[in-house]
Amino acid sequence: MSTRITLNDEALLADPTGALFWPAERLLIVADLHLEKGSSFARRGQFLPPYDTRETLDRLARVIQRYRPTRIVCLGDSFHDAEAGSRLDRGDLERLRRMVGAHGWTWITGNHDPAPPAGIGGAVAPELRLGRLVLRHQPAAMEYQAGEICGHFHPKAAIAVRGQRISGACFVTDGRRMVMPAFGAFAGGLDALDPAIGALFGRGGYRVLMLGRERLHLFPRDRLLGFGAPRRASA
Amino acid sequence: MNVSASAIPAELLPARFAAWFAQRGWTPHPHQIAMLAAARAGRSTLLVAPTGGGKTLAGFLPSLVELAAMPETGLHTLYVSPLKALAIDIHRNLERPIREMGLNIRAETRTGDTPAAKRARQRRSPPQLLMTTPESVALMLSDAKADALFASLRCIVVDELHALVGTKRGDLLALDLARLTRLAPGARRVGLSATVADPDALAGWLGAGLASPVERIVGTGGPAPEISILVPEAHLPWSGHMGLHAIPDIYAAIRNAGTTLVFVNTRAQAELVFQALWRLNDDNLPIALHHGSLGPEQRRKVEAAMAAGRLRAVVATSSLDLGIDWGTVDLVVQVGAPKGVTRLLQRIGRSNHRLDRPSRAILVPSNRFEVLECRAAIEAIRDGELDGTPPRPGALDVLAQHILGVACAGPFRADDLYDEVRQAAPYAALSRKDFDDVLAFVANGGYALSTYDRFRRLFRAADGRWHVIGPRVARQYRLNVGTIVEAPMLAVTLRRGRRLGEIEEYFVQGLEPGDTFVFAGQVLRFERVRGTTVEVTRASGDDPKVPAYAGGRLPLTTQLARRVRNLLDARTAWRDLPGEVRQWLRLQAWRSQVPAPDGLLVETFPRRGKHFLVAYCFEGRNAHQTLGMLLTRRMERAGLRPLGFVATDYVIAVWSLRPARDIDALFDQDMLGDDLEAWMAESSMLRRTFRNVAVIAGLIERRHPGQEKTGRQVLFSSDLIYDVLRTHEPDHVLLRATRADAATGLTDVRRLSDMLARVKGRITHRRLDRVSPLAVPVLLEIGKESVQGTAIDALLDEAAQELIAEATTVPDNADQMALFEANEK
Repeated sequence: MSTRITLNDEALLADPTGALFWPAERLLIVADLHLEKGSSFARRGQFLPPYDTRETLDRLARVIQRYRPTRIVCLGDSFHDAEAGSRLDRGDLERLRRMVGAHGWTWITGNHDPAPPAGIGGAVAPELRLGRLVLRHQPAAMEYQAGEICGHFHPKAAIAVRGQRISGACFVTDGRRMVMPAFGAFAGGLDALDPAIGALFGRGGYRVLMLGRERLHLFPRDRLLGFGAPRRASA
Repeated sequence: MNVSASAIPAELLPARFAAWFAQRGWTPHPHQIAMLAAARAGRSTLLVAPTGGGKTLAGFLPSLVELAAMPETGLHTLYVSPLKALAIDIHRNLERPIREMGLNIRAETRTGDTPAAKRARQRRSPPQLLMTTPESVALMLSDAKADALFASLRCIVVDELHALVGTKRGDLLALDLARLTRLAPGARRVGLSATVADPDALAGWLGAGLASPVERIVGTGGPAPEISILVPEAHLPWSGHMGLHAIPDIYAAIRNAGTTLVFVNTRAQAELVFQALWRLNDDNLPIALHHGSLGPEQRRKVEAAMAAGRLRAVVATSSLDLGIDWGTVDLVVQVGAPKGVTRLLQRIGRSNHRLDRPSRAILVPSNRFEVLECRAAIEAIRDGELDGTPPRPGALDVLAQHILGVACAGPFRADDLYDEVRQAAPYAALSRKDFDDVLAFVANGGYALSTYDRFRRLFRAADGRWHVIGPRVARQYRLNVGTIVEAPMLAVTLRRGRRLGEIEEYFVQGLEPGDTFVFAGQVLRFERVRGTTVEVTRASGDDPKVPAYAGGRLPLTTQLARRVRNLLDARTAWRDLPGEVRQWLRLQAWRSQVPAPDGLLVETFPRRGKHFLVAYCFEGRNAHQTLGMLLTRRMERAGLRPLGFVATDYVIAVWSLRPARDIDALFDQDMLGDDLEAWMAESSMLRRTFRNVAVIAGLIERRHPGQEKTGRQVLFSSDLIYDVLRTHEPDHVLLRATRADAATGLTDVRRLSDMLARVKGRITHRRLDRVSPLAVPVLLEIGKESVQGTAIDALLDEAAQELIAEATTVPDNADQMALFEANEK
């Protein structure tokens, strides 16, 4: 079940997988896939399961099935590192190519992947302006950007319910600007209370939409518990 | 009965030793002589003796005698203890006879704290006696020159063996023993153990892979301990586990004794009892606190003060269950139910180490059920019936760590290592497939998807032997060695920087600035988290949030539970119970009935618009938690609309909007089928288990102190890895290891299934018009315990509903909310 939200006067649907759909443009946005993060660690002798790419593509296929977009934008850090493409399993590579080929596909460049691996298809752009929105990997400088949607931070939030602590990835927004959760299966998270995220929003504060199993849950900033030791996103 | 030292044949106890005994006014214990004789014959031995029987000296004496007669260079005896502090203390105690007899023997310690320079020197020129821990043994064995170091080894002493067997540290040590025996085939093994339920199992564990069986030597026991139950002047509470009602009586007991050890069951309880004692402490008696969250330097200070006889009492958790012989303790107080007979006996054994006088102990039940439990425990000790966990197969994550360690020491053949590993008792029945899968995991992850072939840690050379690819692998191994995976901890410091100790990260995560809690014996106010440090200030709050530590809450053992049921059934025994408890049971017999030793009593009654079901299962809290989850699922399907449940060690209570009628169907055995599997796969218990397995096996690197500060540290959520692996390769060896762990860790599931089988057709259902006296304690727990097994979305919705309720009363929020129109599609 998705949640309808308004961002800089554009109507969007936020999905509990962490994807964002723009019905008027039939456009699907996903951030921070971090494909081949598992194999990136395997290079250094830490053998995380090699299935993160497959899992991320499975999830992507399911959201595509649900919203039937004509265009797809990956909001940067789609590949965990510059050599990720060469480590893709052949089956995963073929599947990704087919997905890209079947849609108008844009790779926004991120700090992990200045350019996607060759031969995968799709357009490459540092940002994309559409209607009243602008899509980027990292937020533009310090000035307040209305209509900006970015990834990069992998926000996550935690709240307490009946003495239990529940945490999860989340969208962060004040209605003008938005930070999307990471879509990748192995992408870690940064506390939504971190000053790096707080600095993006004006004095009015912000809210989070936390990803539940089947729907999103809205909480104001002052409802969030922090995460003990503040950590960098595992970027 | 002891033998005069001069009467012992000199080939067993040379004159120099006999004179030393005489000088100290000691006569050797018979078991010390027996150990000398066994060593002389080259036999391995298991010595089972109560604390204080000169057990450690008995273990070392043969090595001292051998080395005195024939001074050899090189490592002669390896002493392994589960505690660093114990290894250091034993070393200190051993220096004395060596010095006083003028023996030319070098004894040293080696633990994780030993400086690198000293470790290097020990490698070049090893001492004859080395005191160490299982982790350090594993590290030494991973060294390329391990075979040279251990070739001269004649004896391996394992202290507190009972505390190691059946644990992952025990698995690691068993594998290391198998390796040591290959490097030094002639070395004998000596196990030292406290009294346990099944000494045969220990002897089997110790002797695995040896040519001849282990000789068992039983130490002289002292007189039976004097144990009493403290029934306070004040009213005996219906529920609760802290035992605070009895503080005045405990204080009086401390005042009347020389030195008292006050054992409690959880760290939170330790904090509370310690504070309450100090509120009464008009005499300013030196009373200290000891638990695993306090800083190591603070714990060492308390231990030193205790050893020097400067303290009158220490309030302690299991952090003092094992360890240093103080010899000065003359009273043990156990606050709260003992939960197990063996554990209680070991705690009581910490008092009075002189064998000619009985240990003295006082049990302080914190509620009425615990009175029954204390009584049952005393009877079990009198009957000599101990409880213990049965041996279990060795863990595969530990095997993975060991294989990497072996590879670091030098290349090996898979066939040879498989044979060697099966010489370790826990791995005697290891299948070749499990071994090969673990080896594949160590080599390159062992995944069905073979994309990692390029990224190996081990490779198989043309000669068929497995090699590590480079020195980086050994570095990785050294950082990751060991089987203890601590919950992430944060340092607690006062604003001005004084460090008070460590606290679990999850507890801090639930705190808001300004919240107060009790820690290290004082009330603190949480200010903020900075890096890995929790900054606090002193507070004087009346109602602190007490640390809700997860650890330390052991469930009631099966044996003790059976005795409690029998005690309830034997009315003639009620005479010996305190008046309030007797009255309570009589009232129960009149209003409902007392649970029978076999079968299951289930009561149902309405209360405040809800319907309650209370089952007297006596299978321990963990088993009851699982039962509660399964029962509520089943009631949900039956349309009874269950609202929640709460479990104690004795009883489970479930409440619902509609009454349960068919109790037999509700408790049918088939509830352990699909529901259980579905729940297990999702449960946080399995996720936690996976995290531990992943760390031990080396999939996820440990966090090391200071590392977090670099900011470049990459942390993985093991939950993400668990979810992905479960979806894509459910049969991967690490998931198999996780399930095996959960199954043995959850002996509670086994208890549940045994109970359901036992009570089939023997359930007594009493329909009551109101709550029964025996059900009162569990109902009082409602609200103190969090309800388990509720779906995340339901909880989040609840939080959102709360929020909406708040929001609708504040007009300001209303237009913010309009930004978000919920739920479409």
